[in-house]
Formats: sequence, C-alpha cells, structure tokens
Amino acid sequence: MYNPSAQVYVAGIGVVSAIGNNAAECFHALEKGQAGIGSITGLETRYRGHLPVGEVKLSNEELSSITGLPVTASRTALLGLLAAREAVEDAGMSTPGNLRVAFVSANSVGGMDKSEKFFARFMEHAGGGRLRNVVNHECGAVTELVADALSVKHHITTISTACSSGANSIFYAARLIRHGLADAVIAGGADALTGFTLNGFNTLQILDASPCMPFDENRRGLNLGEGAGYLVLVSEKTAAGLRANLYGRLTGYANANDAHHQTASSPDGTGAYLAMKEALERSGLQPNDISYINLHGTGTFNNDSSEGIAVSRIFSVPYPPMSSTKAYTGHTLAASGSIEAVFSLQALRRQVVYPNLRLHTPMAALPFVPVKTFRNATVNHVLSNSFGFGGNCSSLIFSKA
Amino acid sequence: MKTYILASACISPQQSFTTGRFHDKIMGWQGNRLRAAEPDYSPYIDSKAIRRMSRIIKMGTAAAMECLQRAAITMPGAIVMGTAYGCLEDTGVFLKKMIGQQEEMLTPTAFIQSTHNTIGAQIALLLQCHHYNNTFVHRGFSFERALQDAMMLLEENAAAHVLTGAADEITDASFDILSRFGLYKRQPVSNNSLFSEKSTGTIAGEGAAFFLLTGHPSPGKPVLEGLHTFYKPVDEAEVFSETRRFLEAQHIQPGDIDLLILGRNGDAESDEIYTRLRQALFTGTEWITYKQLSGEYPTSTAFALWLAAEIAKDGHVPHHPDPNFSPRKILLYNHYENIHHSFMLLTI
Amino acid sequence: MEDLKKQIVEQLNLLHIKPADIGDDQPLFIEGLGLDSIDALELIVLLQQQYGIKLNNAEDGPQVFRTVRTMADYIKTHRAKQD
Repeated sequence: MYNPSAQVYVAGIGVVSAIGNNAAECFHALEKGQAGIGSITGLETRYRGHLPVGEVKLSNEELSSITGLPVTASRTALLGLLAAREAVEDAGMSTPGNLRVAFVSANSVGGMDKSEKFFARFMEHAGGGRLRNVVNHECGAVTELVADALSVKHHITTISTACSSGANSIFYAARLIRHGLADAVIAGGADALTGFTLNGFNTLQILDASPCMPFDENRRGLNLGEGAGYLVLVSEKTAAGLRANLYGRLTGYANANDAHHQTASSPDGTGAYLAMKEALERSGLQPNDISYINLHGTGTFNNDSSEGIAVSRIFSVPYPPMSSTKAYTGHTLAASGSIEAVFSLQALRRQVVYPNLRLHTPMAALPFVPVKTFRNATVNHVLSNSFGFGGNCSSLIFSKA
Repeated sequence: MKTYILASACISPQQSFTTGRFHDKIMGWQGNRLRAAEPDYSPYIDSKAIRRMSRIIKMGTAAAMECLQRAAITMPGAIVMGTAYGCLEDTGVFLKKMIGQQEEMLTPTAFIQSTHNTIGAQIALLLQCHHYNNTFVHRGFSFERALQDAMMLLEENAAAHVLTGAADEITDASFDILSRFGLYKRQPVSNNSLFSEKSTGTIAGEGAAFFLLTGHPSPGKPVLEGLHTFYKPVDEAEVFSETRRFLEAQHIQPGDIDLLILGRNGDAESDEIYTRLRQALFTGTEWITYKQLSGEYPTSTAFALWLAAEIAKDGHVPHHPDPNFSPRKILLYNHYENIHHSFMLLTI
Repeated sequence: MEDLKKQIVEQLNLLHIKPADIGDDQPLFIEGLGLDSIDALELIVLLQQQYGIKLNNAEDGPQVFRTVRTMADYIKTHRAKQD
C-alpha cells in the first residue's frame, strides 16, 4: 500500500568521478578546489588535446582489478560497480539478509564504449567485430552486470532520460519504498566517456574547448565527464536495523518536462521552474528553507541562462548559496544527478557549501551570484537540479536525518 | 486501486493499428524477420517535426497520439514508456558517419534522435505536456517497468491518466548482429508455422503499443489487475512458485483463469517452460500464443497486452473454434531469453 | 542558388517542399520556412561539406543563413577568399 509520508533515508553513498575514486577523495577535492578537468587520455579520438574532459583517473585494467569484473566489460559497468559497491558497504548492507533489495540504475548509452569499437569492424564486413563487445550494448545489460555482481535480484531496472536520469533513478527508488515494494534500493547512475557521446555533443557546438565556466557571463559550453554515483535508500524500518550513519532523508522530488525543444531549454526555464517548484511542494518546504542549491549548471549558454531564470522565479533575496560542481567533474550525463546527490548529502553531513569554480564574471541577467569559496554553513535542506535533453527536468531535495 | 485501460493503439507486423478485426487478415511473413505495418503518419505528426524522425519515433508517436484520441483525452497527467534498444536506426546512422568520416563533418540530428528518451520527449513536445515523463530502458522488462511506474503514479494520485507504452525496432544492422548471436531461425520459416516444428531460434519482430491508463472506475473497460516480474529463475520450480505467488496475491486460483496468452517464440528449448507450466498448474485452461503475430523482441509484451485488451473488449478470441468463448480473466506469461519473466492479469 | 536550394532540401530532409518553392529572399528561420537551431547546425555542416567553408563564428549563423540569398552571397565571398 502506498504511504506518501513514509520517510526515506539515505544509509550509504558511493561515487567515482574525475575528482576522486571514492566519496572521501571526492570530498577532499571539493574542499581543496581541485578540479578534475584535463586532456583526454583514455579515448581514441581526434579530439585528444582539443577538448578537455573530466576523466576518472583509473584505467579499465585498474577498475577490473578492483571490482572483479572482466577488463572486457563496458567501462560504464566498471565505474558503476565501483560506486555501487562503495554505497552498499557504506550502508552496512554487504549481506542483505532478508531485505528486499532493488537496484535502480541509469546510463545514457549503455555499453557504447565497447559497441563503437565493434561497429567499426562490423562496418568493414558483416562478420567483423567481436560479439563480446556488443553483447552488453543495451542500457539494461550494463545495469545487470552490476546487479549480478551485487547479487541483487528482487527488482532491477534502468532509467534513461538523458542528463536527468540519475536523479530520476533516485526518486523512483524512494517511490518503490513508499509503495512497499522494496526495503532498500541502491539507486543512481553511471556513464563512461565514449566517442559517440563526445562527437554527438560536439555536433551541437556546446562543448567548451577550455575548462568550463558554469554560470559565468562569458561561458562557452560544457566539458563532458564520466563517473558513477549511487545512494542506498532505505525505509524507516530498514534504517533502524542497519548500523549505518544516516546521511539524510529524501524529502522532495519532481519530474517535469520543458516541452520546448529537443535539446534547448525554454527561455523562461519552464521545465526547471516546474521541477523545483513541485519538489518544494512535496517536501513541504518554502524556498527560503533551502540551505544550498547544487545547480545543474553545465556551462552552456542555454542551460545556465534558463536555469538561472527559473531559480530567480522561485527564490528571492536572500538567495541561498548555490553552485555548479560541474566545473570540478565535467558533465557526467546520466550519472550527474546521482553524483551530485552524493555531493549534496556530503554537504548535509559536513555542513558545508561548495564553490562554483572558474567563475570570474557573474551573469549580468541574474540577480544572484554563485558561491565562490568552499565554506562552512548551516545546511538543513539541499536542492539538487538535473535537466536534460528531451526537456526532462528533475529536482531532488535532501534534508537532515 | 484498480488500473483501467481506457484505450490502446498498436503498430505491429499485423493490421493492428486500424480498429476492427485485424485477425481477419493475419499477415503471413516468409523468413525470420517481421516488419511493422506502418500507417500514414500525417494525421499525427506535422511535417516540420516528421522530417527529422526515424521509423521508431514515428511509430511510437503515432501509436501514442492515436491512443489518446481513442481515449478522448487531450492531455495525459504523465507519459511513461519503455524501449529496450532505443532508436537503433539513428544510433547506427551516427556511428556509421562518425567512423566513416573519422569524426569530421558530423551532423546533430541522428545523435539527438538516438537518445533513448526521444520518443517520450517527442510526445510531450507535440502535446506541450509538462508533466512527469520517464523512459525505462531495461531489456525484457522495459515495458513492464513503464507499466508499473504508471500504476504507481495512479496509486499516488499523481496523475488521473497516464499514457504508457513501449516501442522497439529491428534494423538491418541489429538483425544481422542478433542473428550472429543465434537468436533467429536458420531454416526457412513462415510465422504461421512458427510452432509446427521443434527447432532452435525464433523470428524477429518490432512494434509500438500505447495504453491510456486511469485509476478512475471505468465500467466496461479491461482492468489490469496485477503485474509481476522475476529475474533469472534458477529452475522451473521457481517459475511455478512465482506463478502461484502471483495468483495468490490477486486472490485467485489457477483454475479461475479463462485464457492464457503465452510468449512461446518457436525456440524449442526456451518454449519448454510454457508447456511445463501449463502441465503443472493450468491443465485444461485455454491458451494462445502471440509471437507468431508480433515476432520476438524485448517489449513484445506490449503487443500481448494490446491483444489481451482487444480480446477482453470484443468478448471473443480470434479464430477460436468456440465463437461463444468469452474469457474474462486473462493471464499473460512471457519470458525473454529466460532472463526476464513477467505476468500480467487482465480482467473484464 | 538553385543548387543551394536543392542541397538545403536534401540536408534538412524537407519533405513536401520543392527547391523551387523556396523564395530567394524568404526568411529561413522562425517564420518563413520555420527552421530551428538544429537545422542551423546542419547548414553549417552543409557549408563545410559542399563548399569547404568553415563558419568560424557560430554567432554569425543567423545572419548568414537568414535567406538563401544571404547564404549564396556568403559562399561566393568566402569561396573567393580560399582561391
């Protein structure tokens, strides 16, 4: 039976990104202002040396060695398992016992890092290419590699709604718990850099050839990133049984559609506005209850403008501290909503707010300026935004446990 | 809360899109690949939008729009869909250019259209629907997850009407690749004789089907009473016990089922379980198959649900020897590659 | 310009539109033909592929692609520069 007021707690977090291979490393980098944007080293592409990205500083060999998945597995699965397992161990849930555990993941192009290699050979002749490179092409197949490694069977699924995917995973998981369909859910997303994605974004001319500058008046575009982020969400009853330190509660969430254009956001930020507004309504909070906003802030002219306007439609003086952490990690696509959820929960636990790096000239059209330095703050409620292609806009609100 | 199917629309290798008796003209296909019978798209999508759309986007969008029209709903409260492969044609086009042109002079359209949420997004765009919009991309569970999400939204009162569906396509490239995995029949076959011999392999299919669901009591409309999935069962005993548990949760006995719709796909080995299940729990129960009509693909259960809803509404089973046989409790059981198993219970 | 119109129709998959239907001075974007930002990106690639011209400043796009005539003029000027 559906219980809308059932509390949903976060009992564990796991993350790997350009700024760290686990939650502690990432937090350390956030604190020290150490961005992970740099030259492409892993991908074979003509854009090596031309387009900066946020690469995870672990090779496939290293990831395979740490996770136990074969080195031939998609990098998306390798990154996913690394982060998901960290979250599970963090929650003290390595042996689930009688719990009904679900795995809800997200990714944008599945095992494309391997399939694009297959396809090149396949184009030469119909028998070309190794089948093992394409067997886990599907988004869901990559998810199952991780679910199987985690021994999760009860409920497994994959959401793919472009850049809002990771956030959608997380609140879908909360709803599963509220419907009594799961006791604990490992939820989040993963995405590895691929030639397909890099070239795809390049055709849209929204990539910055230098390290990106989200919410800067002179921003030029985004940098792609890769990584994975997972939360372990649990019911109140399950939380009582685990010996985990709870990070917080998911108190607000919403999924709205901009319905304006396939890739561009509406000038008045309709989708973003609706997502934030509905998330606030669900949480029962007022805008001025929000202690920190983790902006989607990709660094593109369009997103930052649209999101900025939406924020100013909802919030007013005194604006909460806010920043985009994509200047640190790059835009991790389907993983971004969940990686940034992890950062939001760390902010809640450690009572800090993160700086918006490389912000030199605030956007003239906006009435607020993002935070420029890492600092302590009273953090009770964090709002995290994730807006994607197809107008898919999602917002999450995390509150103190 | 009950989930009612107000309307549905289905594009498939059959004449399923037109209302009326599709079964009077069952399309026979030679070979191991069934292609969707595509309608005229112009009533559903304007020319400015249609020029960019590949087949699967047109199929999904048209099925969704037609479904809304049949339900007489102009704005759904949510749009949730499932696709296992996404937009394969666009993906293939972009990959080909990327590789062939060595990453130079690439154009954005194919890339944009290749993202898995494109169909759902396109529907929202055409309707100017700002509500909840989600896409599940999980292999043989893609449609089931979309359906379940829709049912959850209705239970939450988050929407009065949810437009939910699934779409998957077969392209020349995907057919060649899946063939290499040994999925399909090697010897000549016709879909009409799919089950007449015991051999390995099945036939490829594709299609798009959409449903308009509501929690609002709608007398005379089929009810989706229950939906259940399970993953990688270790043996047939597990399949049997999942079946019993599902029926118990619906407060019915196996003997209460009037009609089974089974996902037999012509592969002798993978079809075994359907026979075993019938023998174990459903001796004497009428049963039909559907993949000789739709072909095999991960979201074929959307076609199966459409078929079940048609049977429930029409009050009879196509080509059934007894014209008065009017099943009221229909159980769908399907598995995809023995990994993804699902049940749906439909009543009227 | 007639060649250019044919190329535009092909590149943008403008079904139901014959090249001859496009006026030399008809606005291509928003009103007129109703093209959008994705089409602009497609046209940039068209310039490159068919005429070897790279649009250095994407912001020039709206001006260059305003009508078929402005496109043709741009091509004439920049082609000359490359010889």
